[in-house]
Amino acid sequence: MQDEPTPVELTKAVADFLRNDVAPLISGHQAFKLRVGINALDLVVRQLTLSEASDATEAARLAALLGSAGSLFDTNRELAEQIASGAFNLATPGLKEHLWQTTLDKLAVDQPNYASYKREAGREDGDA
Amino acid sequence: MPGATGVEGVAKLSGGASQETWRFDIAHPAGRVGAILRRAPAGYGAAPGRATGLGNEATLMQLAYEAGVPSPRVLHVLGPEDDLGTGFIMQRIEGETIARKILRDAEFAEVRPRLARQLGGIAAGIHGIARSRLPDLRMMASSSEIAELGREYRSFGWPRPVFDLALRWLADHDPGPPEEVTLVHGDFRHGNLIIGADGVRAVLDWELAHLGDPTEDLGWICVNSWRFGEIDKPVGGFGSREELFAGYEAAGRTVDPDRVMFWEVMGTLRWGVMCCGMMQRFRQGPDHSMERAVIGRRASETEIDLLRLLAPRGT
Repeated sequence: MQDEPTPVELTKAVADFLRNDVAPLISGHQAFKLRVGINALDLVVRQLTLSEASDATEAARLAALLGSAGSLFDTNRELAEQIASGAFNLATPGLKEHLWQTTLDKLAVDQPNYASYKREAGREDGDA
Repeated sequence: MPGATGVEGVAKLSGGASQETWRFDIAHPAGRVGAILRRAPAGYGAAPGRATGLGNEATLMQLAYEAGVPSPRVLHVLGPEDDLGTGFIMQRIEGETIARKILRDAEFAEVRPRLARQLGGIAAGIHGIARSRLPDLRMMASSSEIAELGREYRSFGWPRPVFDLALRWLADHDPGPPEEVTLVHGDFRHGNLIIGADGVRAVLDWELAHLGDPTEDLGWICVNSWRFGEIDKPVGGFGSREELFAGYEAAGRTVDPDRVMFWEVMGTLRWGVMCCGMMQRFRQGPDHSMERAVIGRRASETEIDLLRLLAPRGT
């Protein structure tokens, strides 16, 4: 067992230091790059925080859709092949809901400020 | 330039191994002239991949200028005697290219609602340039473009079911060859448009120009990635497709909205594949930069946009 603090706590502490203490001292292209770096650290924190739960529900949906279990990579590859071959399409029960939920879970980590995501995540009906 | 007495204020704006952009002023008794040099150092003249080459870029920019498309004048095309490689010098046009400023800053507030329509007219101007005057350009067809995007996506070895859904949709909705094959700008969007308080002042960057379906340019400028948050204004965050089409049709051309939709889906997928490609180049080097790495995490933006186009919720 690895000790505390957790990767989330460490990464968050570094990101906060860069944001609050370093960023105000830097200008120009380096400031832009620093912002990119801080955003990347924030992304890592979101992934470490969110992906365990979203991976589990994604795996369950994939198992139900494909009728077989496997690693997330393998089942995603199989789903991609089924769509590419035309065996699965938007009329396939559960496919549209699965693609939407999986994509929303990706955006929650990658770009939660992306306007399309904010619009779709904020929909109350959620009737994918 | 006849009568020029020197060069001042030289500064490099951007540059990789194969292509550079410089700004400078030409000193002249009649006043200073702002100029831009685009050049490929000797040995890098061959156009890699899809790029049309700097010689063609200069020709197309000049043709666009003569056709009334807002465009810098080409002042000089480099020859062997210049010993600067291949490239050209063009007039420097002042204005803004950064989308977030154009979409937010007060100085553009008045012109913003007019830009979607103006861009339609500009696209029509580009597509109206007589083919007989064009330099030798590659031809791009929708069916081969679908196949190429599919190949590139699969070469990454990372499954993205939404991309497969989009590829399938594109194959099922391929409109086939256009009524008229024309010059296509190929990268008609924010970043390649110089805009001022009076509207579009110049269309830049003909690097991806080719022959093909003119509708491609109309679809590309509607891709959500170029709306910068203004997602209900499809044309670069400025306005509606209808305004774009009205400007296009007022210039004497016709629009098939289904074809535009096809190219918008294609463009959204293409940007997604390009994001994945940045990630690959980050991994394989030599450009092992953080910026390239994080762009890989923007491919999911195009996935949600593809779903909004192809599988909208609440329907």
